[in-house]
This record gives sequence, structure tokens and C-alpha cells, in this order.
Amino acid sequence: MSSSDVSVPNSAEVPVRGRGGWDLLGSELAVLFRRRRTWAMLVAIALIPILLAVAVRLSSSTLNPGEGPPFLDRVTQNGLFVGFTAMVVAIPLFLPLTIGVVAGDTIAGEAGLGTLRYLLVAPAGRVRLLLVKYVGAAVFCLVATLTLTVSGALIGAALFPVGPVTLLSGDTISVAESLLRSLLVAAYVTVSLLGLAMIGLFISTLTDVPVGAMAATVVVSVVAQILDVIPQLSWLHPWLFSHYWLGFADLLRQPLDLGSFGQNAIVQACYLAVFGALAYSRFVTKDILS
Amino acid sequence: MVAFSPGRFRSPGCRQRPSDSSGNAGHRRDVHDAVTGATPEGDLAIESRGLTKRFGKQTAVNSIDLAVPRGSVFGFLGPNGSGKTTTIRMLLALTQATSGTVSVLGHSMPARLHHVLPRVGALVEGPAFYPFLSGAANLRRLDTADRHASSNTRGARVQFALERVGLTHAADKKVHAYSLGMKQRLGIANALLLPRDLLVLDEPTNGLDPQGTREVRTLVRSLAAEGTTVFVSSHLLAEVDQICTHAAVMSAGSIVAQGTLAALRQGGDTRVRVRTPDTAGAVRVLTHLGLEPFLAPDDRADRDVVAPLRGSQWQPEAIVTALVAGGVRIRGFLVEEPSLEERFVALTGEGFDVVQ
Repeated sequence: MSSSDVSVPNSAEVPVRGRGGWDLLGSELAVLFRRRRTWAMLVAIALIPILLAVAVRLSSSTLNPGEGPPFLDRVTQNGLFVGFTAMVVAIPLFLPLTIGVVAGDTIAGEAGLGTLRYLLVAPAGRVRLLLVKYVGAAVFCLVATLTLTVSGALIGAALFPVGPVTLLSGDTISVAESLLRSLLVAAYVTVSLLGLAMIGLFISTLTDVPVGAMAATVVVSVVAQILDVIPQLSWLHPWLFSHYWLGFADLLRQPLDLGSFGQNAIVQACYLAVFGALAYSRFVTKDILS
Repeated sequence: MVAFSPGRFRSPGCRQRPSDSSGNAGHRRDVHDAVTGATPEGDLAIESRGLTKRFGKQTAVNSIDLAVPRGSVFGFLGPNGSGKTTTIRMLLALTQATSGTVSVLGHSMPARLHHVLPRVGALVEGPAFYPFLSGAANLRRLDTADRHASSNTRGARVQFALERVGLTHAADKKVHAYSLGMKQRLGIANALLLPRDLLVLDEPTNGLDPQGTREVRTLVRSLAAEGTTVFVSSHLLAEVDQICTHAAVMSAGSIVAQGTLAALRQGGDTRVRVRTPDTAGAVRVLTHLGLEPFLAPDDRADRDVVAPLRGSQWQPEAIVTALVAGGVRIRGFLVEEPSLEERFVALTGEGFDVVQ
């Protein structure tokens, strides 16, 4: 079965062709972003910087440097820090939670509805379906981080003064460049979440119960972060997909340090390869009984 | 619920037979005859050899040899849990056979599923849809899964499929607001999104009202008339009796009978049933004719006398003449063909004591 799934059908035998199967990806994204659940999660993500900014704005007491989440003390001086602070707050739990919901739902959600058998009978092709599902989850990672970044920039600009940004290294960059850096941070966090999304896809092929796959994915992300703070396991830390999650502070230095970006990308690529292979081998031989 | 209107399932007048047109053939490459009765042995839409599926220790399907002739309407019968749906899942490459081979439309499955499945429409174990999408959006979504389905004609094909099952008025309604019957119709519409060479319908009339059931029958007949092979699984014998040309009966994972419907019926006996107040006289006359009459198991006072013909040389009219000559008062006389139900029960067991 596995070899047949990747074979390209002979066009002489099947004369009518669609647009190479891109329609399924379009349809997948349309279904994902038409769901109220997806919108609810994106709204919740957008609310994180808003809550944070409003709380800081309303509170009269000034924070000492280092108190509260990183960058929080800088927010009052420059609204552009709202986005960075919100990212630090969201990445350990809230973003993995939303990725867990989307990635855990990919295959198990279709199985739970029973639509999986109709997609496969169409025939969608098992490998093609896995790819489309993963790309859908990856697009959600990007949209989620961009939502947080844009919402942070807007509320920061609305409530606080905006000006040239003083970086962690002490250098000052223009507003335009700081916005570019924000997008770079969003890209970094998106890449950080790709490994988890693939783990979620794999777990999703194991069950017909979407809630189980979602919960398991979130649990995996929490466990990884717990392991990451146990010093006795320091040999393991560089291989945890969550190890570089907060490493985007390097992007706020001058000159720009892309070292952690690269390391993070390598670790995520390893997770993509391993869990992608597991998801593939599981799904192409799976008996669809839902 | 749907307002009842005659002909909710439209007869597909605008669809061309492949043999009639060269340009509209679309997916169809095989020009096959409508039901001819005499189907060549090699021309099978579905053929399985020793097909077996085990789940752990339990054997769900036990070495079945299915032979579905092209152009037939094939009834796949069996009590609940006899392995019908498991077989269908293997035919459609949803599950892997433990052993044995399947070929569908002349190609072996699952190796050639990308060639076969675009030509197969299926309703498997009930309809399943995204409840948060409308009926039309659901069909569009499932249509994109087939990479050979043209996006240019998608809208028109979805419209036509909905029209055929009488769901046009509910096209923009979310599926969670559909009744079971409407979902069933939408499932059939999904199977009809493209011209198909083979339709696999698992319990197609489940949840349908009597009108809907009739319309499914009409639809199946019209599809068969166009040359589509229809494989219908059911436990509703009346349904199979009315629309099928061939059938197979499954029991506890094995096929216990297979062939044309007429051949299947021949396992039973044609009988004469005499309604008379003179039961003793009737039994005497019939016994004299060499038959083996018995009193029909009935609670009424005037019980019927039943006698299997079993190849007897007596014509029914001669039997009536003999009865009248013997002074038997006849209130009713009936020649009973063996019913499919009797055969079915004889093959698969009575009541809830079906073979497990």
C-alpha cells in the first residue's frame, strides 16, 4: 500500500485531471479557518498582549527592572515591547495548547467525524492527506504567532509611546527595523512550534478520538518543558523541541545573532523527520475502521 | 424534515451513456453493457479470492470469493455482524486484507487504488460529514480530495448531485441541522459527484422514509440502466428482492450462497396453498396426488393446507380440478414462490440465533 500511495497516476489512464491536488490544501485551510474554534483560539491569542498592555497601563506602580516577565519593565517606555513580552508569556503554554488542538485534530478529527473514510475513498491518497494536514497545522502556527505580533504592535502603539527601540545589547534601532525584528521573532516562534505540530500529527494518527490526541500533544509539550528544567538531564536538553523556545531574545541584539535561530531550526527539523516518518509508517498501513 | 414531493431522486436524463457519446465520456473508459444476464466469466466488476480479515483471534471475513458481474445490481446480504462492512472496507482499500486478493474494475486493490477509486462512488457505513459546513460545502470539500475531479465543473457537479437526491433546497443548510434521512441522501449525492463505473452502497436506505426508500430504488435502477454496476449491502430483503439481479449471502464471515437472484431462490420450494374448510379432505386428495401436504402452522380455525410441489408433474390447475372433484370446498388457492426471506433465514439462521 505504501508504495502505491506515492505513485503518480498514469495520466493516459485517467484523462480528467484537477489542479494537481492543490484544491485539497485550499479546502483544508478553508475548513480550518472557517471553524469557530479556530477563530476563538486566534481571538484568545490576540487578547494576550491586549490584557498585558491594559494591565500595565492601568497600574500606577512602576516595575523594577527584572520584575515580572522579561521586557515587561520596558513596555511603559516603548509600546513595541508589548509584542515581545506577550510572546514570552504565550509560548510555554498557550501557543502549544492551540497547536495541540489543531495538530491533534488533524487525522483523529476526521476519523471521529467519519469523514476520513470518505476522503480516502475519494481517493485523497494517504500520503497526500498527511502532507495537506501538516501544512494546514503549520499555517496555523504562522497565523497564531502573527496574530500575537500584530495585536501586540497595535495595542502597544495605542497605549504607549512608540519610538526607536533600545535593544538588549544597548544599541538603538529605528521603529521600522524593530517591526522587522518583530516579524523575525514571529518566524522564530513559528519554527519553534513546527516540531510539536508534527508530534501532534503523529499522535493524531494513533487514535479516532480527537480530544485524546489534543490532550496528549499538550501533555508532551509540558513534559518536554519540565525535562528542560531538570539539571540532571542536561545532556538531553539540546534535543528537546522546547529547549530553544525562549531563545528569540538573541534576535533582539545588535548585530543580529541568528545562531539560536539556526540551532532551533535544526532541532525542529529532526523532530519533523522522526515524527513525520512515524506518522507516515503508521498512517499508510492503518486500518480505517472509524 | 423534507417536504414530500414525487421524484426527489431525479432520474438522470441528462447523463449520457458512454456508448452514446464520445466527448462526454469523462472518466468512463469501459463501455460495458447494461444488464445482459449472460456476463462473461472474466468480466467482473469486483472479484475476490480467498479474501480474509482477522482482528486478533476473531475472523471477521473468512476466505470469501466474491464475483460481482459488470452491469449487475448486486445485493450483498447478511445479518448484522456477518462481515459485510469489513468486506466493503477491504474492497475500497480502507483496511488491509489479512490474506487473499481483491480486484475492482479489473485492477488489483489496494495496489492500484488511484486508478480504481476515482471510478467508484461509495457510501460506507452510513454518511459522515462536517456538521459545521453546509451540505453543498461538504460535497465540495470531499470532491477536492479526488485530485482528478475538475475544479471547473465542481460547482455544477455538486448542484447536479444535490438535485438528483432532492436536496437542492437544503444545500446551504448546515449539516448538523439535517435529519438522518437527509444525511443519507447527501451521502448518496457524494457517491454521485462524478460519473462512476461502480457504486458501493452500504445500507443506502438506512434512516429513509418509505418515499425515500422508493426513490433510492428508482435511482439505483436508473444508474444500472446506464451501465453502472451497483453493489448494495443490505439486510432489508424486500429491498434486495426488488432491485437486485444478483446477490451473495454472508453468514459469520463466509459467503453461504451467491449467484443470480433467480438461482438463489431455487434453493427453496414452490408450494401450493389451499384455503378450505375441508382440511382433511384436502390433505387426502393432495396425498393421493403424490404430494406431501401439511397444515400451515396457524392459529385460525380454518387452517390452510400447504403442499410443496418438489418437481411434481402436477400443474396447479390440475390440482384444483382434483380437489374440486374430491369434494373439497376451495376458498382460496395460491402458488407460492419461495421468498428470498425464507432462503435467507434458511442460510443464516432464525431470529437472534444467527451464527456468530
